[in-house]
Amino acid sequence: MTIAVTTQIICFIVLSLVVLIGALGVVLLESIVYSAFLLGGVFMSVAGLYLLLNASFVAAAQVLVYVGAVNVLIIFAIMLVNKKEDLKPINNIKSRRIISTSICLTLLSLLIRVDLTNVWRLASPENSIGEESTIRIGEHLFSDYLLPFELASVLLLMAMIGAIVLARRDVMNKDISTGLPVDQELIEKSSEPLLTNKN
Amino acid sequence: MNLESIPIQAFLIVSSVLFCIGIWGLLNSRNAVRVLMSIELMLNAVNINLMAFSSYIDNNVIQGQVFTIFVITVAAAEAAVGLAILLSLYRNRVTVDMESFNLLKW
Repeated sequence: MTIAVTTQIICFIVLSLVVLIGALGVVLLESIVYSAFLLGGVFMSVAGLYLLLNASFVAAAQVLVYVGAVNVLIIFAIMLVNKKEDLKPINNIKSRRIISTSICLTLLSLLIRVDLTNVWRLASPENSIGEESTIRIGEHLFSDYLLPFELASVLLLMAMIGAIVLARRDVMNKDISTGLPVDQELIEKSSEPLLTNKN
Repeated sequence: MNLESIPIQAFLIVSSVLFCIGIWGLLNSRNAVRVLMSIELMLNAVNINLMAFSSYIDNNVIQGQVFTIFVITVAAAEAAVGLAILLSLYRNRVTVDMESFNLLKW
């Protein structure tokens, strides 16, 4: 083994340990704020795995989009909805836990068995294009993947408008108590919550 | 042991373990934000798979990387809409407990 391969293997082991332990922390930790910050660490280490696979552009996109946008959005949502509440106990939670854990372990053993018993006749990624991948991705996006590219832009626009419409509050332009018009302050319209009493 | 590079099985094992952790979190967490985070974990597992096969099979054409970029795009859109739905649910129900959302119950 050359020293380059040894370095790669050490980096791979460290990054995948961070990914897996961080993911376990995301689903297992009590405090959701810790989970959100650990999720950022998981995304960063996944970007490191992409760098090991000779994909610098996608690694940068991963850091920008996942860590910079998605994770920040999740942290904002936690800030907005984080309320200490006493959860109602669920009956027969123990059997539910056992069933779901066994399903996950079965799926995991199936996947690992497929992975290890299959004979992958693959070339090693030695002659990969590496740094040219940005140029190649651009060529793909503007030639044979042009339609999905345009559809993705429309999808992002629709998602943005939909998120704004869903998360918007109804704002009045009159003060409730005095009746005077207000234009700068956002006073939320007092409305009965639609669904609280139904249960 | 004489390795020339990291075998693809290692990447596939990492991604399958990550996917199963995501499914476990999706089934077992009661906080709705944590459910969304589990979905993000599963999407990342799929992305690792796509990138590994893209690097080992078509390392000159890199179609897998283009697919990964599309998956990242859709995941960003999903996160935005999902968190907006979560906010409006919270405004109506004043809770984020998954067990108390019975809007689609038969």
